[in-house]
Amino acid sequence: MTQAQANPATTVTARNVEVFYGDTQAIKGIDLDVHTNEVLSFIGPSGCGKSTFLRCLNRMNDTIAGCRVTGSIELDGKDIYHPSVDEVLLRARVGMVFQKPNPFPKSIYDNIAYGPKLHGLVERKPELDDIVESSLRRAGLWEEVKDRLHAPGTGLSGGQQQRLCIARTIAVSPEVILMDEPCSALDPIATGIIEELIHDLKEKFTIVIVTHNMQQAARVSDRTAFFHLGDLVEVSPTDELFTNPKNKRTEDYITGRYG
Amino acid sequence: MDNSKMGKHISSQFDVELKGVRNSVLSMGGEVEKQLADAIRAIKESDHELADKVLSNDRKINAFELDIDNACTQLIAKRQPTASDLRQVIATFKTIADLERIGDETKRIAGVAKETFSSEQQHLLASLENLGQLVLNMLRMVLNAFARMDAEEALEVHQSDQGIDRQYEAMLRQLMTYMMEDPRSIPKIMDVVFSARSLERIGDRCQNIAEYVIYNVHGKDVRHTSVETMQDTVRKPRA
Ligand SMILES: Nc1ncnc2c1ncn2[C@@H]1O[C@H](COP(=O)(O)OP(=O)(O)OP(=O)(O)O)[C@@H](O)[C@H]1O
Ligand SMILES: [Mg+2]
Repeated sequence: MTQAQANPATTVTARNVEVFYGDTQAIKGIDLDVHTNEVLSFIGPSGCGKSTFLRCLNRMNDTIAGCRVTGSIELDGKDIYHPSVDEVLLRARVGMVFQKPNPFPKSIYDNIAYGPKLHGLVERKPELDDIVESSLRRAGLWEEVKDRLHAPGTGLSGGQQQRLCIARTIAVSPEVILMDEPCSALDPIATGIIEELIHDLKEKFTIVIVTHNMQQAARVSDRTAFFHLGDLVEVSPTDELFTNPKNKRTEDYITGRYG
Repeated sequence: MDNSKMGKHISSQFDVELKGVRNSVLSMGGEVEKQLADAIRAIKESDHELADKVLSNDRKINAFELDIDNACTQLIAKRQPTASDLRQVIATFKTIADLERIGDETKRIAGVAKETFSSEQQHLLASLENLGQLVLNMLRMVLNAFARMDAEEALEVHQSDQGIDRQYEAMLRQLMTYMMEDPRSIPKIMDVVFSARSLERIGDRCQNIAEYVIYNVHGKDVRHTSVETMQDTVRKPRA
């Protein structure tokens, strides 16, 4: 193993993270590092806590009544749960793409321009135009929409809407992009386009993706984390996890066996 | 990990398919083993009829290879096997390719069994038969290791190839001496040399199969590694 692999730069460090919904524990003492510029996928049976844990990484759980998070999560070495942290700014640094594409009921242009304006990232119209174009280009959508930037975002196809949401997320230059089953509402072609996009995006961003499609995890991610009943059972390089998992529970799950 | 000792798949049809492939490999192995045993007996007893039977039976082995190849391809397309299932399919693909080649080498040996040897040359056949029994034993062992997915046994088979190599080299030296003593015997002796070479190659292919068994069980490719690495792999307890 090279030194770089042994000690990769870390963007997110989670330690002993536990999540409770009321009295029910959904996440049990998870330690996990997310490496800089990697694609890390979360797999595991329904209800094992993938989405819950993902939402911890940008404090989305704060918006859920009765949800309590303990332990520590650091972004670039700073505790994101510290009282001084502005959640809105945090969610710009750790953006999120959801299962169902959810564009705002606004024009394509405004969908992208919204974040940069909100965060005061731009002052003048030409700069905003640049951000809109570069975000759409990076999301692989520019050629398809450049002639109708002022048409409503909701008028796009599902796959285009999902790329619009990705463009909206990257418009504010996040460090980390969280994706929760971003392709589950898309057909195989649109899925292929998003997967290709994920591959391109990792050059600039760190990506954590939840997926129920194991082949997708195998295709897009550098490392894969397997969750089961609120535990993080195994996190391994994707190549290894799908050919020679370390843990029997992982093996049973990915080979489709009864636990 | 031995798939047979694992839980069942949620898709029971997947279990049926995997088991079917495994059973076909065992049947193919049994057929190849019988062919080799017959070829060796044909040499020992100068039984031309038996040699002919070996030659014509090779088609069965080829058919097995095509069938299993196809079943594995279907399995990949339909089930996208992962982890130990994937390794089993890969190990199967490779094993049947080696078994098919063992069948081809056996055919060559049977070809020699159809030659007529003079009574002075009978002792050549005896040493060929000796080597043949060693190789046949190795083939049996590796097929057992495959059937049980027993990496320890596979390792043992792997190491037994050294004995075959030594015997083969000793035999070559002996044959060389005969050729120098009696140049007129060279064509016949060359036939024996080629058969011995075929047997030695079968030993190498058994070694390959042993490596696939270790790969299937431990998930580590031990081809082109040292004996020590192989031992460490097989003896390391799994999580
Ligand atoms: N808002 C909530 N209130 C109460 N319990 C919740 C809430 N959200 C999730 N849970 C519970 O927490 C556990 C983990 O749920 P989570 O949604 O994180 O699972 P998941 O792995 O993302 O599942 P899926 O693959 O089905 O999306 C489940 O038992 C779930 O019922
Ligand atoms: Mg979820």
